[in-house]
Amino acid sequence: MADLRSNFVGIKSPNPFWLASAPPTDKEYNVRRAFEAGWGGVVWKTLGEDPPVVNVSSRYGSLNYNGTRMIGLNNIELISDRPLATNIAEIKDVKRDYPDRAVVVSLMVPCEEESWKAILPIVEDTGADGIELNFGCPHGMSERNMGAAVGQVPEYVEMVTRWCKQNTRMPVIVKLTPNITNILMPAHAALRGGADAVSLINTIQSVIGVDLDRMVPMPVVGGKGTHGGYCGPAVKPIALRMIGDIARDPELCGIPISGIGGISTWRDAAEFLAMGSSTLQVCTAAMHYGFRIVDDMIDGLSAWMDEKGYATLEDVTGRAIPNFVPWNKLNLKFRTIANIDQEACVRCGLCYIACEDTSHQSISKSLVGNERRYEIIEEECVGCNLCAHVCPVDDCITMQPQPVDGELTWPEHPNNPNRVVAAVS
Amino acid sequence: MTRTPDIASSRLSDAELVVNFSDAHPPLTKEQAVVEAERCFFCYDAPCTEACPTGIDIPKFIRAIATGNMKGSARTILESNILGGSCARVCPTEILCEEKCVHNAREEGHPIRIGALQRHATDWQMDHGGQPFTRAPETGRRIAIVGAGPAGLACAHRLAMHGHDVMLIDAHAQPGGLNEYGVAAYKLADDFAQREVDFLMKIGGISFEGNRKLGQDFSLTELRRDYDAVFLSMGLAGVRAMGIEGEALDGVQDAVTFIEALRSRDKKAVPVGRQVVVIGGGNTAVDAAVQARRLGADDVTLVYRRGHEQMSATSSEREWAQTNGVTVRLWSSPSRMVTEDGVLAGVEFSRGKATADGRATYDPKDTFIVPADMVLKAVGQLFVTDPISGESILVENGRIVVDRSYRTTMEGVYAGGDCTVGEDLTVAAVRDGRDAAEAMHLALSTPDQSETSGQ
Ligand SMILES: Cc1cc2nc3c(=O)[nH]c(=O)nc-3n(C[C@H](O)[C@H](O)[C@H](O)COP(=O)(O)OP(=O)(O)OC[C@H]3O[C@@H](n4cnc5c(N)ncnc54)[C@H](O)[C@@H]3O)c2cc1C
Ligand SMILES: Cc1cc2nc3c(=O)[nH]c(=O)nc-3n(C[C@H](O)[C@H](O)[C@H](O)COP(=O)(O)O)c2cc1C
Ligand code: SF4
Repeated sequence: MADLRSNFVGIKSPNPFWLASAPPTDKEYNVRRAFEAGWGGVVWKTLGEDPPVVNVSSRYGSLNYNGTRMIGLNNIELISDRPLATNIAEIKDVKRDYPDRAVVVSLMVPCEEESWKAILPIVEDTGADGIELNFGCPHGMSERNMGAAVGQVPEYVEMVTRWCKQNTRMPVIVKLTPNITNILMPAHAALRGGADAVSLINTIQSVIGVDLDRMVPMPVVGGKGTHGGYCGPAVKPIALRMIGDIARDPELCGIPISGIGGISTWRDAAEFLAMGSSTLQVCTAAMHYGFRIVDDMIDGLSAWMDEKGYATLEDVTGRAIPNFVPWNKLNLKFRTIANIDQEACVRCGLCYIACEDTSHQSISKSLVGNERRYEIIEEECVGCNLCAHVCPVDDCITMQPQPVDGELTWPEHPNNPNRVVAAVS
Repeated sequence: MTRTPDIASSRLSDAELVVNFSDAHPPLTKEQAVVEAERCFFCYDAPCTEACPTGIDIPKFIRAIATGNMKGSARTILESNILGGSCARVCPTEILCEEKCVHNAREEGHPIRIGALQRHATDWQMDHGGQPFTRAPETGRRIAIVGAGPAGLACAHRLAMHGHDVMLIDAHAQPGGLNEYGVAAYKLADDFAQREVDFLMKIGGISFEGNRKLGQDFSLTELRRDYDAVFLSMGLAGVRAMGIEGEALDGVQDAVTFIEALRSRDKKAVPVGRQVVVIGGGNTAVDAAVQARRLGADDVTLVYRRGHEQMSATSSEREWAQTNGVTVRLWSSPSRMVTEDGVLAGVEFSRGKATADGRATYDPKDTFIVPADMVLKAVGQLFVTDPISGESILVENGRIVVDRSYRTTMEGVYAGGDCTVGEDLTVAAVRDGRDAAEAMHLALSTPDQSETSGQ
């Protein structure tokens, strides 16, 4: 049995699955239920200064696709809307009752040292295992110069991180916003400020849709809408890329990463680990199905690790990073060609029309007797994979890698006007 | 022992009859329709569309259901098939579009429910949008259509759309043809046939005259004189005789006559036996048998002279008969009606089998009797030539001969539907009517056309 125990910058949990700072971790009641369900840890819903913020009614918008609900979720909620003292008392009780679980407290107070100095000891007193700095909230709080407004300015990230490191013994995790052009900038700033770890991604600024009858962006609050933060399965690719960028950056010295963004299954979790995460935070999937989903996440991850011979989480973390390279390092001599399994083919014609209209006209269509038949024209196929993706039958169209004759990357390619001419030996 | 024929009406209560003759397959809810629509792969050059006689762009209308574009969905169906609503209910989709659905290749017997989705979209149109098409400016051309069944109605609608004036004439009081008095009641429940005719007529430019029979009340020559063109869509008005002893006895009836009574009268007033024998192997036989059961017959036996494979009723029709408690007996040929005291008491059959060359032989000595107080004959319908007998219209193998443009051998006279050769299906009749209308429209818009006629 794989060992799923996690030690993340000194914060221990029986498994790497934490609930991200969000409604599932808003109060004691939820968190106790989460721990009973088996979650390894929680990042408590972000605390702020009193008086608490006020949330609107009508808070979420959902992106549904072809019958699947909530492939993306957007929200216009703010941080915890309960008094600080209430949260602090509950955190203390929960931590006391679940000493083996990770309890991290998310914080967001004004960008002034006094504010941070004031709140840190209060949090420390709960016995919490660490803090996470919410530099990510992209709506509502950013207009008040908090959240993403801090996360988007590397100098602020560094400064606030440093204040925290100087004023608490608790490990400091900096939660990064994806609403920037280069994730490495705030990540470097966090490291300079002394962060123990980073977590990402927070939500992405979004308008989830428009109510076409009322002509209002959704979710609609009394006839008006505002932009919100986007998360759920649809953001996973964005998260994976940003996490990978940080994990492979030599100057970040392997800063520990808590991966977040669309994790819904053990398979997602494994991918996040492979791209450099050590712990995994989940929000939307829990909001969609409840806490019970953690069962299969734990089970599935453990079974997969056993199958692959990975004994501990460290064996998986960052495994894919050596193979995550800049485009310039890809071998332009590599070729793969589509192959259609005629036995499995249901003759829907989707590969044909996709390649014909939008790719490289590499699939032929013919009638054999009364049966339509689709075949790859191998000489024309550029190996783009499109047909394999549109085919509704699993493994019917497979991509066949061809024998490779050496390596040629863009920097050396004859078509590259700035090519580096290989030294003649 | 004396018997009296036990044929009676009102075997069941009103409430039972309402249940028995309501929609056999209730409509999909909106949620069900969207889930089903989203299963569709949106195939390219879709095989389902090729299998539809009217060539409805099926992936397109299904995708429109999935995206919530109900108007576009209905329009896609109706522009190919203005009777898309009844076709959705009566088409044997298991041998048409749904048979060709690629989902069968993944899981046999689980095609997209195209018929049910088509019904969903066309119902929406009839409930919300009324007639989606408008007439072209009037051309002043007048066309007569004889027979207001699916072929005649589809032809009328298309001609009206092109701006022509249409006179629909029918021997029955109501338009609709077999949709109105032939197709099983539970397939076209709740007066759907009539509602659909009303919907279709809303295009304008179509007049209807009922209770007027060609060959009796008027002649084809008169029509040719008074109209710019004529379309014949008279269906099959006759039935085949079995030619056996006792066929004229009381209690022996044509299945189509029985069904017509059931479709046009209060179900309670339709007499049915306790023990009913239906002879035949087509959908008419199945419909008669099932409806006899649903009227309250105790035992219904459907007897066909050959095997399953030769039956023209589809396998789902056969299953439908069986789940409705109809006993199906195969390889049995009727030899005579059996009487007791001059009253119908049963039918005698001789057992048969297939010979090596695939033909059927029956042993006249190996017989059995199925008791019956009512016998329904469903051994095939025939085209009755009398109404056109004096005219220069070629009839071959019992059907009117037409060329690819639906022209008969009489100038300016077209024909389609069951009275011409081809599959006897509602959807095929609709295609004929539509395409004949296009051919007539073309001929009327380019006057030279008729002179350069020929096969
Ligand atoms: C019992 C039964 C059940 C069926 N069930 C199905 C089914 O479930 N699905 C399916 O696809 N098909 C079914 N069919 C077949 C389908 O009904 C026909 O193929 C279709 O109705 C043919 O349309 P049509 O317009 O050619 O003829 P019809 O519908 O027969 O219409 C012909 C019209 O012409 C009129 N007419 C006839 N002679 C004259 C005259 N001399 N003068 C004036 N008017 C005249 C008739 O009154 C009638 O209204 C069934 C047929 C029968 C008999
Ligand atoms: C395979 C692929 C290649 C693309 N190449 C370009 C490109 O060369 N230039 C560009 O401006 N956008 C490019 N795009 C982005 C598209 O123009 C478009 O902005 C994007 O796909 C979002 O639209 P959609 O997801 O709604 O289709 C590309 C998208 C895809 C999928
Ligand atoms: S891989 Fe791309 S180019 Fe090759 S056949 Fe498939 S769709 Fe066409």
